[in-house]
Amino acid sequence: MNRFAELLDRLAYEPGRNNKLRLITAYFRDTPDPDRGYALAALTGALSFKHAKPGLIRDLIMDRADPVLFGLSYDYVGDLSETVALMWPKAVLAGHNNPPPPSLSEVVVTLRTLGKTDLPKQLARWLDELDETGRWALLKLVTGAMRIGISARLAKTAAAALGDKDPHEIELIWPGLAPPYLDLFAWLEGRGDKPVNRDPAPFRPVMLAHAIEDSDFASLDPADFIAEWKWDGIRVQAVAGRDERGQMQARLYSRTGEDITKSFPDLAPSLRLPGAIDGELLVLREGRVQTFNVLQQRLNRKVVSPKLMKDFPIHLRAYDLLGDDENDLRELPFAERRAHLETFIRKLDDPRIDLSPTVDFDSWEALMAARADPASAGAGEDTEAVEGVMLKRRDAPYLPGRPKGQWWKWKRDPHIIDAVLMYAQRGHGKRSSYYSDYTFGVWTKSEDGEQLVPVGKAYFGFTDEELLQIDRFVRRNTTEKFGPVRHVVHEPDQGLVLEVAFEGLARSPRHKSGVAMRFPRISRLRWDKPPREADRLETLERMLKDVAAN
Amino acid sequence: MRPHDILLPVAAGLCCKPGGFHIDPVRPVERAVITHGHSDHARPGHGAVLATQETLDMMRLRYGDNFARSTQAIRYGEEIRLGDVKVKFHPAGHVLGSAQIAVSCNGLCIVASGDYKDATDPTCTPFEVVPCDVFITEATFGLPVFRHGDAADEVKKLLASVTLFPERAHLVGAYSLGKAQRVIALLREQGYDAPIYLHGAMEEITHYYQSRGVALGELRPVKGVKKADLAGTIALAPPQATSDIWTRRFPDPVTAFASGWMRVRARARQRGIELPLVISDHADWDGLTATIAATGAGEVWVTHGQEDALVHWCKSRGLAARPLDLVGYGDEEESEAVAADEAEG
Ligand SMILES: [Zn+2]
Ligand SMILES: [Zn+2]
Repeated sequence: MNRFAELLDRLAYEPGRNNKLRLITAYFRDTPDPDRGYALAALTGALSFKHAKPGLIRDLIMDRADPVLFGLSYDYVGDLSETVALMWPKAVLAGHNNPPPPSLSEVVVTLRTLGKTDLPKQLARWLDELDETGRWALLKLVTGAMRIGISARLAKTAAAALGDKDPHEIELIWPGLAPPYLDLFAWLEGRGDKPVNRDPAPFRPVMLAHAIEDSDFASLDPADFIAEWKWDGIRVQAVAGRDERGQMQARLYSRTGEDITKSFPDLAPSLRLPGAIDGELLVLREGRVQTFNVLQQRLNRKVVSPKLMKDFPIHLRAYDLLGDDENDLRELPFAERRAHLETFIRKLDDPRIDLSPTVDFDSWEALMAARADPASAGAGEDTEAVEGVMLKRRDAPYLPGRPKGQWWKWKRDPHIIDAVLMYAQRGHGKRSSYYSDYTFGVWTKSEDGEQLVPVGKAYFGFTDEELLQIDRFVRRNTTEKFGPVRHVVHEPDQGLVLEVAFEGLARSPRHKSGVAMRFPRISRLRWDKPPREADRLETLERMLKDVAAN
Repeated sequence: MRPHDILLPVAAGLCCKPGGFHIDPVRPVERAVITHGHSDHARPGHGAVLATQETLDMMRLRYGDNFARSTQAIRYGEEIRLGDVKVKFHPAGHVLGSAQIAVSCNGLCIVASGDYKDATDPTCTPFEVVPCDVFITEATFGLPVFRHGDAADEVKKLLASVTLFPERAHLVGAYSLGKAQRVIALLREQGYDAPIYLHGAMEEITHYYQSRGVALGELRPVKGVKKADLAGTIALAPPQATSDIWTRRFPDPVTAFASGWMRVRARARQRGIELPLVISDHADWDGLTATIAATGAGEVWVTHGQEDALVHWCKSRGLAARPLDLVGYGDEEESEAVAADEAEG
């Protein structure tokens, strides 16, 4: 476990892809079975056991540490697992034959079967035996909060490098493999045959898009791209294939590969042709796409009643074809896959499955216009379910993960206002030494004259450089301190104006201002603007009315 | 006589009225008694300065010959009378020449420990516990999450990385005075005998350490060495230099940083460090609390760092404790660097 923890720790700091690969490959080379197999499973997200709640971890440390010291430490470190790992008291173990720290296999295998009541004791024992890094990795693992910053693809590529194999070969057999992958490593080291994939309807790792920025367009040629609507539904993979007895097996997977077939028995019969569709799960009523709120009624249901299926008829809107019968199409350029998809959907001819239309455009301006007004650009009555547009390179193969420059998502414009920074608070984790949580306000008239009223909090949107600038501003312009909160100067002629972008607005009696923002973020720092010129509450109220009128 | 009749925090630093001096004053004063050579503790412009020979030499290197009107060197274990008090110096184990200063008057003894660490360090005299009535402690790493572990293990981590990436340079950020020389000495203890490369800003002070008999092996300046020839080497530089364009002279450098702060991941990530090395010249939490207990002091004054946590700990042990609001002492690792850039041009 300590060696695996060391790998995770190093990976978390190493930015270079090739260097990450070498670190992982070196680990696979030096680590025996079955530990390296469980490590591969952890890195690819293939481990599954019941996760421990953070409250359990907190209880463990509270039994062993002074609560005031824990509080100060947690405030400083900003991460529960890390705080506990660092301040866990050195175990006073009797005798000289201390047990060796647990191996990764021991941890994984034990966690699979361990009862809930035995978990705290077992965790404490392991924490006593591990070093700081080992404790950190263990706590991240058991709380399911391990974010290593590497893709499953990268981990498989590192494994492939062990045997000089093409990572694609592993990708193809992956669905038939299970931790600790003894057969895989045997093959990679030339000690065994290549494992075969016997799953008739396997999941294929999905391809994801980057959010496009204004500055990206300059380097992109519209002619290289195909555009589609970005639907506000659920990304799924619908796969069908024949098993050994010739029976058709149909499965629906979430974007992470979770089998969700059982939740949608009304869709399964429509998956009659062998193939793998990448598409969006939606609810359609009389041919019209319903909003995400409606779709939500179908999610996370234990029982799928006939009434539910009738009231919320499920639909699949297809935008890519990864496999057609026996043929893997993922290496083909998108434009060719799209042609295969169109033929496939026509052949299937099923009311529950249709084709996501493309959006015509010849310039970025034209696409911007379509995005701003989907209704007149082909989306018609489904406009409300359009989140934006997707841009896909005509020549892009289907690559797992989020490859650079292949797919882009371009969401519809958020709302923007100018607000004044009022209070600042230290961030958590990476930003624990910066004032990075900001409360901002807009002007309103009160009995005491013009006043700023807080309308939201933002933690995102600024660059690292801007964070430094705001942090400096906060430290130099603090008027009062209340615990962790700093009051920052906010006068008509003194203060910092933040341009805040947000996704939506709702009435909220819980807020003093009466409005609540969805996903506010700092889009620009307006050093040039005096606070007196910031927006007023009336502006937000007008936006509320506009939303209601639509 | 009460403790604060002997030592009192004032704007210029810790003032000893009956002795007629200040300890580590941050503003020019008539008589200064100085614990060690770091720039936030040892400042220029005082009248008379009392310190160890090494501290005086370091001040001369940094500020030039006229850094004070007059100087007097004192050895560890030596006691002298200043006004109505007696002053005695004891090793602090922080950097070469660093001292704790024991001030006694009418049977009451206060120890101002400056910066200190109780961990072993091949480059300076080991820390000594000084029994006293009032102990003044720093609290740079005054939270229980700071446990520095064995510095040798961190250096092994660095050497393992050098083996894994032989075509890259390993660039270690380290504070120029003390940390850099300790890292070099630790590397030598692990049997690493290749030349170690130095940023221009740390050459002079490192040569001073060698002149005082600290064995550091073969050292070379980075300046003038071809990029390709730096592959597979270890180079040391002031922390800030490891994040500026100076690093472009190295082939795909692995950026390491030797500091107690590296214990907290957020701090390491914030600085873009790829290989954090938890090596500190300050006592960690266990070191601070063990030292406080060992001095037998009934009263503890806590200065720069995480005062709240350490004061809380003292009180929970039945010790009188309070934070000393002294300003001007910082975290040397965060404040160095401007000088470094100038030196390298
Ligand atoms: Zn110091
Ligand atoms: Zn200091």
